[in-house]
Amino acid sequence: MRAGPRSKPARTSPSRGRQTKESMKHATQTPAAPTADDGREPAPAGAAGGALRRIVRRPGQRAPGKSAPGKSAAGQWTAWAFLAPVVIYLLAFYAYPLYRNVDLSLRNYTVRSFVQGDAPFTGLANYAKAVGDATFGPALWHTVVFTLVSLAFQFTIGLALAVFFTRHFRLSATLRALFLVPWLLPLIVSSSTWSWMLNSDSGVVNAVLHAFGIGPVNWLTSPDWSLWSVTIANIWIGIPFNLVVLYSGLQAIPSHIHEAAALDGASGWQRFWRVTFPLLRPVSAITLLLGLVYTLKVFDIIWIMTKGGPSDASTTLATWSYRLGFGNLLPSFGPGAAVGNLLIVIALVSGLVYIRVQRRQALA
Amino acid sequence: MTANRRTWWHTGLGVVFTALMLFPVYWMINVSFTRDQDMRKSPPDWFPVNGTLEGYRAVLEQQGPYLATSLVVGLGTVALTLVISAPAAFSLARLRPRGGGVLSFLLLVAQMIPGVIMAMGFYAIYLSTGVLNTVPGLILADSTLAVPFAVLIFTTFMSGIPEELLQAARVDGAGALRTFWSIVLPVSRNAVITVSLFAFLWAWSDFVFASTLDQGGDHQPITLGIYHYIGNNNQQWNAIMATAVIASIPATVLLVLAQRYVAAGVTAGAVKD
Repeated sequence: MRAGPRSKPARTSPSRGRQTKESMKHATQTPAAPTADDGREPAPAGAAGGALRRIVRRPGQRAPGKSAPGKSAAGQWTAWAFLAPVVIYLLAFYAYPLYRNVDLSLRNYTVRSFVQGDAPFTGLANYAKAVGDATFGPALWHTVVFTLVSLAFQFTIGLALAVFFTRHFRLSATLRALFLVPWLLPLIVSSSTWSWMLNSDSGVVNAVLHAFGIGPVNWLTSPDWSLWSVTIANIWIGIPFNLVVLYSGLQAIPSHIHEAAALDGASGWQRFWRVTFPLLRPVSAITLLLGLVYTLKVFDIIWIMTKGGPSDASTTLATWSYRLGFGNLLPSFGPGAAVGNLLIVIALVSGLVYIRVQRRQALA
Repeated sequence: MTANRRTWWHTGLGVVFTALMLFPVYWMINVSFTRDQDMRKSPPDWFPVNGTLEGYRAVLEQQGPYLATSLVVGLGTVALTLVISAPAAFSLARLRPRGGGVLSFLLLVAQMIPGVIMAMGFYAIYLSTGVLNTVPGLILADSTLAVPFAVLIFTTFMSGIPEELLQAARVDGAGALRTFWSIVLPVSRNAVITVSLFAFLWAWSDFVFASTLDQGGDHQPITLGIYHYIGNNNQQWNAIMATAVIASIPATVLLVLAQRYVAAGVTAGAVKD
């Protein structure tokens, strides 16, 4: 995973060296005096961009002109003293809960033994139980459909809007900022709003469909529709992230390349497919990778809108894991933790596969 | 003239797109003002013509404690996040710790662990330590949403501080701690504000940790307040949506402030630089 996203842009982007130099120049100016165009860049653009930069940056690559107090042994002590809180924090609040989760999945917990902590070790029995469960197949399939459909629409709509917003028109910065609202709202707010909009009898969506003569759709209560309903809501929530990251990616493409292509007589459509899209590849790849990892773990939206129902029609691995652990009166933490860990493995594997495919395509 | 007209055409299209995108938000506000008897009207009222404040009255009467808890949890998360991430970022950006790259990478991976899984691990730990259903427990769990991001933002920002500034401090005999406290932190004000805003927003919006680690708590956050509302049998949708509107206030504040602080704070990390 590590080598993938970091080394990839080096191969795909011919102008990498230049970009890096520019980024450093920019970086040194920023804190002292925010430059004029800072106002144009809405927050999460930078936030997401920061993540991108971080991935793209190779280990050991640093801004120039840094002093090197870290070279001496004393310097190393100081450096790690500053890092100590975060290291302890990572161990206590990431590593330890994860360890406990793995431990949960390997033992046969009951409510009693959960409190007393003397549950017998049962190896992979919980995993076998989870995979053999009748819910496993559908939950896995729903996870795949939910993730792929969400990604496809979020990315396409986000990219189209990003291209649209690169033409600077009146109000464009304000409108772009407004587009962030769905991303910033608490998930429970957006999910419950969508629940009410998609209500079979009194929802506004069915009211609009009725005006076009389409009969009421039981968005949330029919097994045929519930998965699509939660997917639609998730796409809505994910568009801003894609828009913002792809927009900053588009901004990074120098305008003279477009001008040159236009001089050569390329039409707008050709310019997009032959020039913009290939140059945007590194950013697209990272947007999709982050989207993949984030969509696989979506839980709130589905749980609040349908609880995974009706009859498991919108259950994904994340909601199933939650239901096993917390959704019933009698919690089954073991299988719940097992499903959760399977989800992590799936996220890792699909992330790696994706990076692999991307790299092969980039080399070809 | 033609150029001008083209611009206006784009603006018009942009407004239409934005309106479509924000329709659910408008609908939330509209429903929050709708009277109970109009709630199931077909077709629905497109504007709150017979608006009522019933929903908001219900929120003020019932949701006060939830809002207060969310405020405390949010502020606690901000404090904890800042204390842990700022020194770490200073070290990563300026002190060249050996193995710093690995640590940054771990922070990146940490962000990708599904919340449900973290919640289960936390639940097991909290149950045996007695932190379950307490506000500090929730603050600790919520901070895991913000710390990796915060280290990232601070590191990017602090890497950009001009070297001359730090050199001057060194010449004056300031040690690393002094440099951090009296120079780097004050200069990083924008990053501090950015991190605080996002940490607050995420803690305020959290549902997974709240619903697992604070299910039976005396002090529950607003996300659970809304969730209990939805679970009720006689669903008062104007009250639910009114609560949702109020729960959206921090996001709105963030967006308004974003123009001033957040933008300046994070451009250092934007792809376009």
